[in-house]
Amino acid sequence: MGMTIAEKIIALAAGVEEVKAGDIHTVTLDRMMSNDGTTHLTVDMYHTKLKNPRIADPKKMVFIVDHNVPSDSPKTAAAQKKMRDFARENEIDFWEGKGVCHQIMMEHYVCPGELIFGADSHTCTYGALGAFGTGVGCTDLLYGMVTGTSWVLVPETIKFNLTGKLPRGVYPRDLMLTIIGQIGASGASYQVMEFCGDGAGTLSVDDRMVLCNLAVEAGAKTAIFEADQTALDWLAARGRKPKAVFKSDEDAVYVKEYTFDLGKIQPVVARPDFVDDVVLAKEVVGTRIDEAFLGSCNNGRIDDLRVGASILKGRKVSDHVRFLVVPASQEVYLAALEEGLIRVFMDSGAIVMNPNCSVCWGSCQGVIGENEVLISTGTRNFKGRAGHPSSKVYLGSAATVAASAVKGEICTEDLL
Amino acid sequence: MSVGKIFKFHNDLDTDQIIPSQYLLLPSIEEMKAHAFESLDPEFPQKVKPGDFVVGGENFGCGSSREQAPGVLKALGVQAVVAKSFARIFYRNAINIGLPVIVCKELPDQVETGDEMELSMADGTAKAKGNTYPCTKLPPYMQQILNQGGLIPSLNEEVI
Repeated sequence: MGMTIAEKIIALAAGVEEVKAGDIHTVTLDRMMSNDGTTHLTVDMYHTKLKNPRIADPKKMVFIVDHNVPSDSPKTAAAQKKMRDFARENEIDFWEGKGVCHQIMMEHYVCPGELIFGADSHTCTYGALGAFGTGVGCTDLLYGMVTGTSWVLVPETIKFNLTGKLPRGVYPRDLMLTIIGQIGASGASYQVMEFCGDGAGTLSVDDRMVLCNLAVEAGAKTAIFEADQTALDWLAARGRKPKAVFKSDEDAVYVKEYTFDLGKIQPVVARPDFVDDVVLAKEVVGTRIDEAFLGSCNNGRIDDLRVGASILKGRKVSDHVRFLVVPASQEVYLAALEEGLIRVFMDSGAIVMNPNCSVCWGSCQGVIGENEVLISTGTRNFKGRAGHPSSKVYLGSAATVAASAVKGEICTEDLL
Repeated sequence: MSVGKIFKFHNDLDTDQIIPSQYLLLPSIEEMKAHAFESLDPEFPQKVKPGDFVVGGENFGCGSSREQAPGVLKALGVQAVVAKSFARIFYRNAINIGLPVIVCKELPDQVETGDEMELSMADGTAKAKGNTYPCTKLPPYMQQILNQGGLIPSLNEEVI
């Protein structure tokens, strides 16, 4: 029987010829990533709960401080110190303030064919390069760090056949929110979302990251694209080589298939408090906002900053709006600086921040107050996600966020 | 297992509601647990007693992978989480820390917060309001992790 890309990656990591959905296998992990959201607890467990504390291979570990950067309290500083000290003592790659964890992983580590655990739900981003990345908790991460292995329940795969090309003024963010709106917050629960078809080929690696990143918002274990020439060129430009390049077999088994015509996608937003409450952006145009956020592991890349700056150029941020611009990494920040985008943002009245998770996770920068409204390119709009439980978060593309920041209310690029 | 009181929550209950982001970097689960369900029921940590149950609908525990979510429920003495379905990371995290997570399709719609229920993991049943509801048993591999008290105790049992 044929296998999907995801099944082939698991089979390789398990050292077996074939796997099928529903099997449980022990796999050797290629990499593990952990950030400051949970690593202090992992380190505590390592020191206090293990009979025989050890690290199978420190070279497979990456620790990244990105959630609360720079630290906002003595307690945060203590948690991060614990992580920093542990990384240094154990010769684990350590990043701090350089960018959001998934952006760092994509820029410096992820290779096609790898099986990667990350102690962060958006680890599914790595499917943009044909890797199997999945989010786990800190106990799974600890087990993986100690043994170099873990157990995996082989998930079913859903095929998303993408056709056509996104129209001008419509972005991968609109596409992925449309998909999630259609299949629902548990529409791909425990499953793999495999993106394929001619439409997939039109998307850049950065675009693919947008799609894969949000797969967890449909409940998926991961999302994946075939590592085609676009992906391999991207990888080669960064001096890395694939572990393995897989295609799904003709007779691979899919639990379900969907087709999306990219040419028919329109600008959409997800309304508070659920990522799958997706409506056409024009339905909520005019909703007054207090803050706008352009950033995150979903939409803080150079393409997004270019789109945002093209809208802000020669315009001003509304006087009742704080507009936070947060590049996803220092690499992105420097590119934006060289292209003159940072000046455009600053001239317009935006607040440009250091690379980090920022208000997307609602604990550090830009937290919003009682009854305030945020429009965001962040990953989630759950109740209280960006601050006060009564506050509201709308999710949209970089273009919709930038246009709304200017207008002071939800607005699409074409209406500005 | 003993009788406990039910605290019921909605479909697609995300882990931000169980423990908001701003408390995740506190030094320990013990310090975090006072903030469990703060956005939905700020008195939950005072009201919940050891042996009580959290009941959810579909896709319980979606969103962030924060293990602090099942962690604070366990630290507050919650006996088990019973829901129509679970989001996968929460489900896996709960088993890994030794917190029973039980899929029961019928019970959640028949009960309210304050009702009492009784769970028998061995029989695979839950009892509430005079009715007995079937629960889905865990795959043996996961049940074994749970029986050992979670993934770390089971790791400590492994021969090196």
